[in-house]
Amino acid sequence: MATNTRISNLPESANANATLSKEEVMRYSRHLIMPEVGMDGQLKLKQAKVLCIGTGGLGAPLGLYLAAAGVGRIGLVDFDSVDLTNLQRQILFGTSDIGRPKIEAAADRLRYLNPDIQIDQFETRLTSENALDILKNYDMVVDGTDNFPTRYLVNDACVILGKSNVYGSIFRFEGQITIFGAPGGPCYRCLYPEPPPPGLVPSCAEGGVLGVLPGIVGAIQAAETLKLIIGKGEPLIGRLLLFDALAMRFRELKLRKNPECPVCGEHPTITKLIDYAEFCGVRGEEAANPAQNTVPEIAPRELKARLDRGDDLFVLDVREPHEYQICNLGGHLIPLGELSRRVHELDSSREIVAHCRSGKRSAEAVEFLRSAGFRKVLNLKGGILAWSDEVDASVPKY
Amino acid sequence: MAVKVIIPTPLRPYTSKKESVELQAATVSEALASLTTLFGELKKHLYSDDGKLRSFVNVYVNDEDIRYLRGDQTPLREGDILSIVPSIAGGTQN
Ligand SMILES: [Zn+2]
Repeated sequence: MATNTRISNLPESANANATLSKEEVMRYSRHLIMPEVGMDGQLKLKQAKVLCIGTGGLGAPLGLYLAAAGVGRIGLVDFDSVDLTNLQRQILFGTSDIGRPKIEAAADRLRYLNPDIQIDQFETRLTSENALDILKNYDMVVDGTDNFPTRYLVNDACVILGKSNVYGSIFRFEGQITIFGAPGGPCYRCLYPEPPPPGLVPSCAEGGVLGVLPGIVGAIQAAETLKLIIGKGEPLIGRLLLFDALAMRFRELKLRKNPECPVCGEHPTITKLIDYAEFCGVRGEEAANPAQNTVPEIAPRELKARLDRGDDLFVLDVREPHEYQICNLGGHLIPLGELSRRVHELDSSREIVAHCRSGKRSAEAVEFLRSAGFRKVLNLKGGILAWSDEVDASVPKY
Repeated sequence: MAVKVIIPTPLRPYTSKKESVELQAATVSEALASLTTLFGELKKHLYSDDGKLRSFVNVYVNDEDIRYLRGDQTPLREGDILSIVPSIAGGTQN
């Protein structure tokens, strides 16, 4: 179904003065010979200005396809450096990029792909202070950072500035894609007025992600961005696309603009940018993990010394079985989620040291066990990661 | 009414890794109640302490958000599909 409604604040047709060089005609010939793009669409792409926030898993396919398609000006925002764990999915980078600022490596890669386009680099974290200034120069925004504070920040900034926000999010094998902030369309707060409190929903560092998943979701974001620019097809506005790579199934749900939405509703209560770290409860590690700071701890070296001394310590590993296979300290495995119904496996008269990967889940376990009447329970500070750093470097970190 | 509830990946640790659950219910409220009876640990992820559905969890009957139907009193028909759709975020918090 072709639609004639305005779906973005872009010009209806390309600037009459814009042209393509002979070489550009050749480069974009597979676009030009399709009536849905054609010369008019390609010139719109050339004049389009898209801001990509994040150059990681989602930002990689997005940046590559927008650059390849000839989007004339692409802004990149990132402050991170490339590390080894990124390469499983962040296909803008190669092994020799490890340690480089992502923004540099990403810009180099996109310029190598298409030297005719302009790449703007913003080596910064997007904040309430700089967001409006950065966003205002672009026609639309694609958020590839996939974290709650940036997501609410980008959403509110896009609503305030009246810009479309092509949204994608991933978890393990599952993705969500839609367009927020389009004229008349819903925003992220219409869907989710508030973020989950930290700790209630597992993060990806904890949850993992199939490497190709951000590739698929980011490529869909790229397709929607290109469609918005050329003004063709049915945009994903008011439609939430759910993708499950494990079942290899797409589903679609209706998204409605909420008249009571605090930012885009009839009587908005949020009219300027707020403190998003505070809003999402991620102000510092302490705020995120209250248990981690209140439960009794044991340092890795102290645990090692006590084990070597032959102290009667029961090591409890609260990670998942597949994590135990990566590396372990020989502890008794009870995943945190099963602890309440398997608590009878533990002897409350013995001294227990609980550990996980980083010390976060085991802090919850210690808190739970103490509330269940266990007196002598300690949390291994920093988990297996700290054990690897401080006691036994042969234990791999993941 | 036999209905199917689709469990999203982040909540599967609390449903014995099940991707979907078939159960009998006449309303959304009944379906969620029997789901949280089956899987007790799911409860705190779906409901806040005051018993309200959490604001980062949406529930759909087929493709429609229950907030735009009759909320948790939305009646169910045989074969309806309930989707629990929480907000997800795969990226790092910084
Ligand atoms: Zn809204």
